[in-house]
Amino acid sequence: MTSLDEFRMETRAWLEENCPQDMRKAVTTEEDICWGGRNWTFKSEAQKQWLERMAERGWTVPSWPKEYGGGGLSGDEVKILKEEMKRIDAMSPLESFGIWMLGPALLKYGSHEQKLEHLPKIARGEIRWCQGYSEPGSGSDLASVQTKGVDMGDHFLVSGQKIWTSYADKADWIFALVRTEPDAKKHKGISFLLFDMTSEGVSTKPIRLISGSSPFCETFFDEVKVPMENVVDERGNGWTIAKYLLTHEREMVSNLDAIFGGSAGLYETAVESIGLDETGRLDDPLLRADIGDFLVDEMALTAHLAAAKDFHRAGNQLGARSAELKYLGTELNKRRQSLVVQAGGLEALSGPEENSGIGNQSASWLRSKGNSIEGGTSEIMLSIISKAVLRLPSLG
Amino acid sequence: MLLPEEAGGYDFGHRAAGLVAEEMGRNLTASPFLSTAVLSAIALRQAGGEHLSEWGPKIAAGEAVMALAIDEGAKHNPSRIKATAEPDGNGFILNARKRAVFDGYNADRLIVAAKSGDETCLFLVDPSAAEVDVERNAMLDSRNAANIQITNLHLDGKDLLCPLDKGTEVLEATLRSGRAISASEQLGVAREVAERTTAYLNERKQFGVPIGMFQALQHRMADLYCQIEETASLISAALRSIDTTSDSAEELTRAAKAKVAKVSRLATEEAVQMHGGIGMTDEVDVGLFMKRDRVLTEMLGDSAHHIDFLLKRRGL
Repeated sequence: MTSLDEFRMETRAWLEENCPQDMRKAVTTEEDICWGGRNWTFKSEAQKQWLERMAERGWTVPSWPKEYGGGGLSGDEVKILKEEMKRIDAMSPLESFGIWMLGPALLKYGSHEQKLEHLPKIARGEIRWCQGYSEPGSGSDLASVQTKGVDMGDHFLVSGQKIWTSYADKADWIFALVRTEPDAKKHKGISFLLFDMTSEGVSTKPIRLISGSSPFCETFFDEVKVPMENVVDERGNGWTIAKYLLTHEREMVSNLDAIFGGSAGLYETAVESIGLDETGRLDDPLLRADIGDFLVDEMALTAHLAAAKDFHRAGNQLGARSAELKYLGTELNKRRQSLVVQAGGLEALSGPEENSGIGNQSASWLRSKGNSIEGGTSEIMLSIISKAVLRLPSLG
Repeated sequence: MLLPEEAGGYDFGHRAAGLVAEEMGRNLTASPFLSTAVLSAIALRQAGGEHLSEWGPKIAAGEAVMALAIDEGAKHNPSRIKATAEPDGNGFILNARKRAVFDGYNADRLIVAAKSGDETCLFLVDPSAAEVDVERNAMLDSRNAANIQITNLHLDGKDLLCPLDKGTEVLEATLRSGRAISASEQLGVAREVAERTTAYLNERKQFGVPIGMFQALQHRMADLYCQIEETASLISAALRSIDTTSDSAEELTRAAKAKVAKVSRLATEEAVQMHGGIGMTDEVDVGLFMKRDRVLTEMLGDSAHHIDFLLKRRGL
């Protein structure tokens, strides 16, 4: 038996013993996803227990080093852990922007003190982070951020406005792009700052989307005091960190459907609402053809994601490939959601708009329209690919 | 490459054969690789026995060309084979009208699919027999795909490639391999034309700048690139699944064949459009790729054929 086989057996036994029965099922509501943080209310005792047990082993962030609250597992071991969790339908114990984005950035660019201070709290689900990137005037042209941090010696005074800050109203801390070097060139004048959302001068206001949900906020800073030691890496190097992080965000967004469950019931919905003809085929040949095209593309993207994960696990950087995955994944999800409401017909459209939880087909359809905007638009992805991969000439 | 060592082959597997086919797609190699070294070799390998011992080494040495005679109409549809093999004493009487038998014109042997009652069976047929009429037919891609008429050909039991009850299984495995490897060839076509087009966008100047500077063209090329790359991953997965005899091999292979047909068509169409007027002439090779692409799409089933299969599997 190889050491990986042994690891699998041990993991299987541990999960069997420690994963509460209530945590062994698919995510069906927003509350099933545990985000953690100071203000988190656990949905159940099982959810709390599951987070504590997994955090204890460092398995909320299995690949992070043990000294920072992680599991210290190798790529192969992480894969085995995920497979074994999937085997018993175990829910993820914790999801957060700290895990997906800030963690990887701190691991690469943070000081030892910053890592010790922040990473274990992310791993244990104690502090919930949000990301302050976009501004009203800085969307696709993110490097044009205007939120400013004035150097006051031992601290900055941060003033300005962020927008599309995911769950800012529920977050404890923020990592933000702030212009601290007003005289430097556009890309060189930005610093990556960390600060507490309860600091004086921070306020948030949720934005209601067409899908009825409000996952994003406007976030305002009015002379917020941020200690100088809360700059990650060098002053003026924020854009480098942001670019590194965006590749993580893109992988995550293109992978979102994995969290919310595969084909979103497309095939079942179609059969249920349309029925089959006498040859056993869906009794709407045009919709059937569209679903067939989608199905093949879904199989292709599944294979492509698996290949990218193997590539990544082998220690390679995804680089421009993350733009490729983001583009393909979000465009495919829009098609999927569009086909679901098409298949569901009037049934998919009934019910009040407020009923916008997971599994609500029309809300998921509307929400999916934002997938190809957030985290870099499809057009920006295509521009990245044409420049970085195809090496076509660019204007700027 | 796909024959076992005892039959003179290297047993390299489908992943390796796929790489070779992809290169053939890139340089439009006219070769009986697919008909002989893939389809016929896999049929012989699956059937085993004396035919494999006799013909395997000849295929491996490049001494024999063999062709699979399966299609009977304009569209590939192996579930509607009309060719018949009527039992006659210890043997059969074969009647068949086959179309688009790739490399069938100069083949040393044909593998002919026919129905004997409800069973699908495969026969090894010598095309020089008087009862076999082979008509040469050059296709759009300048390759030969014969039309073959077989009238009352008497065959022995030993001319059967495999026992009657194994015919369907052998044929399915043969088609699966053929589809995966032809998908690889078509991927090579798509990659090559896309790369040539990208190079042309850097080279061709209008309005004083390379036309690759224009975002309208950049985004189309980037979209094509993304689609080609995901197709490559799907084809790799299909080839691997055959080599590892995975349960998902049939679905992955058909999905790969369906996907590459769509993407390669987009690649060749974009190539002509972005080359502009010169793309409509034989000054550049884009047209040659477009022709080969079109034939490869029809060969062993187009997108609709395979998508229909996949949907039925999902109860739609």
